[in-house]
Amino acid sequence: MRVSPLTPETFADNARAALADATLTGALRRATDTFAERRAAAIGAVPDWQELRTRAAAIKAHTLARLDAYLEEFTANATKAGATVHWARDAAEACAIVRDLAQARGSKRLVKSKSMATEEIHLNAALAQDGREPVETDLGEWIIQLAGETPSHIIVPAIHKTKEQIGALFVDKLGIPPSSDPQLLAAEARTRLRAHFAAADLGISGVNFGVAETGTILVLENEGNARMTTTLPAVHVAVMGIEKVIPRFGDLETFLRLLPRSGTGQHLTTYQSMLTGPDPMGQGPRELHIVLLDNGRSRIVADELMRQTLACIRCGACLNACPVYQSIGGHAYGSVYPGPIGAILTPQLQGLHSAGTLPFASSLCGACKDVCPVKIDIPSLLLELRRRAVAGEQVPAAPSRGAAPTTSKPARRKPLEALGWRVWSWVTRSPARFRLATAFARLGQKLPFAMRLFGPMRAWQSSREAPKLAARPFRDRWRGDAR
Amino acid sequence: MTRSVALFATCLGDQLWPEVVEATVAVLERAGCRVTFDPAQTCCAQPAFNSGYHDEAKAVARAFVEVFERADAVVAPSGSCTAMVHRYPELFRDEPDWRARAEAVAHKAFELSAFLVRELGVVDLGARLSARVAWHDACHALRELGVHDEPRRLLRAVAGLELVELRTGESCCGFGGTFAVKFPELSTAMLDHKLSGLDDRVDVLSAVDSSCLMQMRGRLQRQGSRVRAMHLAEILASR
Ligand code: SF4
Repeated sequence: MRVSPLTPETFADNARAALADATLTGALRRATDTFAERRAAAIGAVPDWQELRTRAAAIKAHTLARLDAYLEEFTANATKAGATVHWARDAAEACAIVRDLAQARGSKRLVKSKSMATEEIHLNAALAQDGREPVETDLGEWIIQLAGETPSHIIVPAIHKTKEQIGALFVDKLGIPPSSDPQLLAAEARTRLRAHFAAADLGISGVNFGVAETGTILVLENEGNARMTTTLPAVHVAVMGIEKVIPRFGDLETFLRLLPRSGTGQHLTTYQSMLTGPDPMGQGPRELHIVLLDNGRSRIVADELMRQTLACIRCGACLNACPVYQSIGGHAYGSVYPGPIGAILTPQLQGLHSAGTLPFASSLCGACKDVCPVKIDIPSLLLELRRRAVAGEQVPAAPSRGAAPTTSKPARRKPLEALGWRVWSWVTRSPARFRLATAFARLGQKLPFAMRLFGPMRAWQSSREAPKLAARPFRDRWRGDAR
Repeated sequence: MTRSVALFATCLGDQLWPEVVEATVAVLERAGCRVTFDPAQTCCAQPAFNSGYHDEAKAVARAFVEVFERADAVVAPSGSCTAMVHRYPELFRDEPDWRARAEAVAHKAFELSAFLVRELGVVDLGARLSARVAWHDACHALRELGVHDEPRRLLRAVAGLELVELRTGESCCGFGGTFAVKFPELSTAMLDHKLSGLDDRVDVLSAVDSSCLMQMRGRLQRQGSRVRAMHLAEILASR
């Protein structure tokens, strides 16, 4: 069953539907709680955790402020090591580069390891057009691919599924005898995937970090599938968001301590593949292609207030910590990137016109900011995006030179809401008007049916008793300083 | 030395729960403060700010600054409103004059429990309440102001009171201002999760913020729960 694609515009409906699905909400709560607990335990054992975060944030800020120079350095060093670096302005260009590479080499059997950048550009769909859809080799991604769905978490793509649902899916798609034993299901997946690896002629991966100093790319994972994807086929294509570059090899010491602990609560991921050009011994891939993906990022870099969005190392901690994500999961966001990072990144990638609801889909509790290993101030960025959304501004604000022209239309204005806030402000900045308005509200309160005409009051009362205005406000009870 | 405190009642406190504000006054006076209340005050501007309407928020924030800039200390029975005042300098980032005035006010704006414990060094206010009390960490008090131990220390000093932690820890109650009415089902799901952390023997659910309490009380009442929602100030003023 292919789930009809949800969009950010229907967030409220998506969320409602998710909340009505008890299997989903149960699975989410269990999984996010587990990851949050593991994270807490893992970082508890690192005495200099806060210093690490501060250092990581500083390295990212420094890099993003000189991104062009570091990208050139990365390109030069990767090229020197024998890799071919391609620049893709947007999703279409990136997909075309990969498709052309596959076509030119006659690659028919493609495998792919987990990568959010390739999800962002919808690479699988583009390659499927000429019969080259890659087989996903990360277990979670493979499950999602079998189910015809999209990932609902940036590091745990099938977090929304129970083992029973996965068992049923395998019965349906693979014809195995009924089972919900995770060991057995994983063994089945392994057998099937091995065959794909053995036959693959082109492997596609993402990139966690690209080191400017050496031209090295890093791929972190736990299943060994990325190791095989990047070494077994004759050609390896790595799709790398331009913000993934870091200056020095030594910087990895900071990031490799932060990322696995934040995401899965591991001290280190099981595998970290460091690839500097194609294998000189001729045993690995003969060709390494790195596709540097912009797709709106250079516009975000140019926007100083929003730039820190690109410091994200995609650890997933903010999703696991977010009470909204914990309640409804990733699909409800209607975007490739869900959760707190999605709520700030998606509107900047696709515009406030179509994703303007997401910055409002937060109680601003700040749990995301607390856990973010690179200290992104997500609540402040949500607030800034809200400001731009109601002001009808575009994000990112200023198109940078050489970047793709902005395709994002400004957010839709809400004239009635705007008028409401203007009146609120006019009333509230004057104590006399405030007193008068609250006196009127006291009268209105005597007419419950009138209150129910008021949408927000109806929404409140749908699940909660409404508070009552006091018969006399504090300002009238206060006897002044003479008491 | 008697500290002179300018009370910020908060719009919710003033209009909906004057008894909480009166309890705040009583507690501050018991701690040796001289409390003043300027009726020119209204609201901290957070509702408009959080909704994205910064110009509208600025007009209200300017009025706030004018009311409180001559005070020695501004104290509010709310972490969220205090955190908003701390955000004023950011709100006025493009207006240097107002930014400076806002910074001055932000520096002397305190949430009640933080003021009592950190500024006055007071923990025992001679309060008495026999009840099993569960504590809710209001998000802005906890994460923006770092208020965590202060209310717990104050509550442990209350005679007859048994303090317990919620099993759902530091999670959000789902209020979030207009979020609560923009996404009522989602807000309620978060709320129900939070309340699921109450054990059967809890009598009182308390917090430093009237807004969180409004959300949680509204649900508890709807469900006919026997758990009462009480502001920290009301507990500290109990005798
Ligand atoms: S925003 Fe921070 S916490 Fe969230 S995924 Fe990115 S790095 Fe991790």
